[in-house]
Amino acid sequence: MIKTDILIIGAGPTGLFAVFEAGLLKLKCHLIDALPQPGGQCAEIYPKKPIYDIPGFPEVLAGDLVDNLMEQIKPFQPGFTLGERAETIDKLDDGTFVVTTNKGTKHHAPIVAIAGGLGSFEPRKPLLENLAKYEDNGVAYMIKEPEIYRGKKVLIAGGGDSALDWSIFLANVADEVTLVHRRNEFRGALDSVEKVQQLKNEGKINLITPAEVVALKGENKLEKVTVKNTTTSDLTDVEVDNFIPLFGLSPKLGPIANWGLEIEKNAIKVDNTLDYQTNIPGIYAIGDVNTYPGKLKLILCGFHEATLMCQSAYQKIFPDKKYVMKYTTVGGVTGFDGSKKEAPKAVVKAID
Amino acid sequence: MSDIKLKIIDRDGELHEVDAPTDMNMNLMEVVRSYELAPEGTIGICGGMAMCASCQCYVKSDHQLPEKSDDEEAMLAEAFFVEDNSRLGCQIHITEDLDGLEVELAPAED
Repeated sequence: MIKTDILIIGAGPTGLFAVFEAGLLKLKCHLIDALPQPGGQCAEIYPKKPIYDIPGFPEVLAGDLVDNLMEQIKPFQPGFTLGERAETIDKLDDGTFVVTTNKGTKHHAPIVAIAGGLGSFEPRKPLLENLAKYEDNGVAYMIKEPEIYRGKKVLIAGGGDSALDWSIFLANVADEVTLVHRRNEFRGALDSVEKVQQLKNEGKINLITPAEVVALKGENKLEKVTVKNTTTSDLTDVEVDNFIPLFGLSPKLGPIANWGLEIEKNAIKVDNTLDYQTNIPGIYAIGDVNTYPGKLKLILCGFHEATLMCQSAYQKIFPDKKYVMKYTTVGGVTGFDGSKKEAPKAVVKAID
Repeated sequence: MSDIKLKIIDRDGELHEVDAPTDMNMNLMEVVRSYELAPEGTIGICGGMAMCASCQCYVKSDHQLPEKSDDEEAMLAEAFFVEDNSRLGCQIHITEDLDGLEVELAPAED
């Protein structure tokens, strides 16, 4: 069981900054995120897009903002459970919480802060009639262990980086790799596109464009997929062992929606007059995942909400302690790793 | 500055005639959100970067729309329920030329 002071669900910018504000109050944080890396949307959807409304940064790339936040919170040694989705929450008799992920990892904390953004990112599934029948039976939406495709006939659908990169990788593992995309153009890194071209020329990748998969066939497991040429409408059956649609990820509020929290407009209602607490005492919601009158889904608003949430969390954890907020220019930053940052002392010296 | 009139058919098939300002740097997705014609969280998920297809719509009138950018083309190539008249609302800027435009929102992906 992982124990911490504030369990943060979602490792986007708001969740990461909460670690800093909590650290100033000597509270430890642990973060859970369904994605394999921290940064949330900034890292997953638009790392190369510039953001212009972070106070003090006339322009910053979303990916760089995440890197900066990770650097800023390093002294506070946050723990991470990445690639796992927070699934269930249990309130113990002493008022603390246990949050369990889809992989069974348990986290225990007196305070839970949901900074889940738009939700956890799930693979987008194509609209095919008997898709569910073949899930884990020839159809997969992510490649976890490439080795299971050794010697197999694999068909990948999609036109982005992951479709290109996995086609390239599996070309040397699988027996046959077919890549199907609705257009002739691919949206990916230039060298990936060129590499696929080269493998196609060498006969290692069978490229079918412009086309899409329209049907799946097979008795008990996937045996064939029907590919439709989108220009001629011709149908072709391709014999396959595996079909891997890679159409990117889309966010879903997911299991959090069933935690008994008040939900409005696909977001969690919070008390914005005070501390961004939800209807369940001890559970807060900050950043894009929450809603209140006048809510704006901006990173800078998430930072503010994270800051007030930490003050409230401190009061909840230490109801009897007196505390006043200290400026970092006055108190500096003392990390849990023993590091100390502070303003240099002014020199006091007489002038003769 | 003048407003233009838009006809927007929501996902339940209901027609809404709305006014949209041409001087607020708005796009069609934002107009739909401002009138709450689709539930919050089901449209404009990526914020308007042509990186999701939650604002996909079908253009029903014969207005001359600006060409699709590479990003929009690429996203529509991966979207579902795509038709020949599909566009991403977030990539359609509200200008005076669009007065009378009629669009229908594509179904939500789930």
